Amino acid sequence: MAEQASGIGEYIHHHLQNNQLQLVDGSSFWVINLDSLFYTLLTAVVFLGLFTYVAKRATSGVPGKLQNFVEMVVNFVNEQVKDTYHGKSKLIGPLALSIFVWIFLMNFMDLIPVDFLPWLGQKVSGDEGMHMRVVPSTDLNITFGLSLGVILLVFYYSFKMKGVKGYAKELLTHPFGPKLFPANLLLNIVETVAKPISLSLRLFGNLYAGELIFILIAVFTVGYTLEHFLTPGGFAMTVGQLVLGLIWAIFHILIILLQAFIFMMLTIVYLSMASETESH
Amino acid sequence: MNINFTMIIQIIVFFGVILFTMKYIWPVILGAIEEREKQIADGLAASDKAAKALAEAEAGATKLLKEAREQASQIRDQAHQQAIKIKDQAKSEALAEKERQLEAARAEIELEAARAKDALRKQVSTLALAGTEKLLNREVDEKAHADLLEELVKEI
Repeated sequence: MAEQASGIGEYIHHHLQNNQLQLVDGSSFWVINLDSLFYTLLTAVVFLGLFTYVAKRATSGVPGKLQNFVEMVVNFVNEQVKDTYHGKSKLIGPLALSIFVWIFLMNFMDLIPVDFLPWLGQKVSGDEGMHMRVVPSTDLNITFGLSLGVILLVFYYSFKMKGVKGYAKELLTHPFGPKLFPANLLLNIVETVAKPISLSLRLFGNLYAGELIFILIAVFTVGYTLEHFLTPGGFAMTVGQLVLGLIWAIFHILIILLQAFIFMMLTIVYLSMASETESH
Repeated sequence: MNINFTMIIQIIVFFGVILFTMKYIWPVILGAIEEREKQIADGLAASDKAAKALAEAEAGATKLLKEAREQASQIRDQAHQQAIKIKDQAKSEALAEKERQLEAARAEIELEAARAKDALRKQVSTLALAGTEKLLNREVDEKAHADLLEELVKEI
């Protein structure tokens, strides 16, 4: 029993370890998470490839099924952007679309059975101990990368729409008026810093928890061989894993879509706040 | 679980993806959608216009038909009147002709009667002469009496 318990601990630990490339010895920053990067790039390529393929063959006549689907997504995002952002911008629509679809695809990796892609990686590379985390949005580096990208755009828009002076004025006078400028500045700095942190941690937390639950469900039958499946207890565990895994996967479909949508909506909201010229 | 260089790469990839979407995907797909929306709107407007034109044409046709019907009835009335006129004229002409024919027949009859009277008178004179000859039973100088008879004839 103790042996199995340590096996379970090892299994979970193994699944939460990134496949890392050390760029500078002993440094904890100069490290690249190869698996996360591979899967973000893969999902990006899937997204861009699919949408470019459709865009190339897009017709204003009767659309095919694929074009119809893509147009539905684009229209949906466009509606959200139009509802929230009242200016004219060439950036914000594509930004929202990319974030929505890309994050959805990243999250979608969570629905692939937890052991399948790592097992495939181990077989292909021949390295039995190879680490692989397939869901990029369970990696803080990825979610922070996304949210910092968004916040950089927020800064860019703030300066572009309000000018340096206007932006500084807003930071100093915004909620309470010019007399309480230190409080205003403090509040605005906190607000600005909170934006990327809340964006990335929300996505990370939800997906990390979701993945962890999939791993825990998978733990039901860790180390099982055919003999285990044939015992009544083992059989019950197997059925339990299948049922729970199915329920959680179905529930998770909602979560991955919702998280992608929330990230997109908040991005639009932040950018529309950044480009609003009059203070409210 | 630490923050590391992966994040920097992710930021760069993020901007790359957004630029790509901005350049090659968003405008193209949205363009197709807007183009289609415009086509549909145009089509609807055209069908509206066509329906209006149809209604106008129908109204025009009805008006023309009405006019034609009126004209036809007018022509019929005129023709009717003309026919009556022609009939009347023919009638009066026929009456006049009848009168004329009657006149002519009467004149001829009179002429015939006069001629018959003439012939009768001549025969009467001849008969009278022959009767007188027989009565007198004697030879009368025809020449001496011819003048006398002529005078008699004229008197009759």
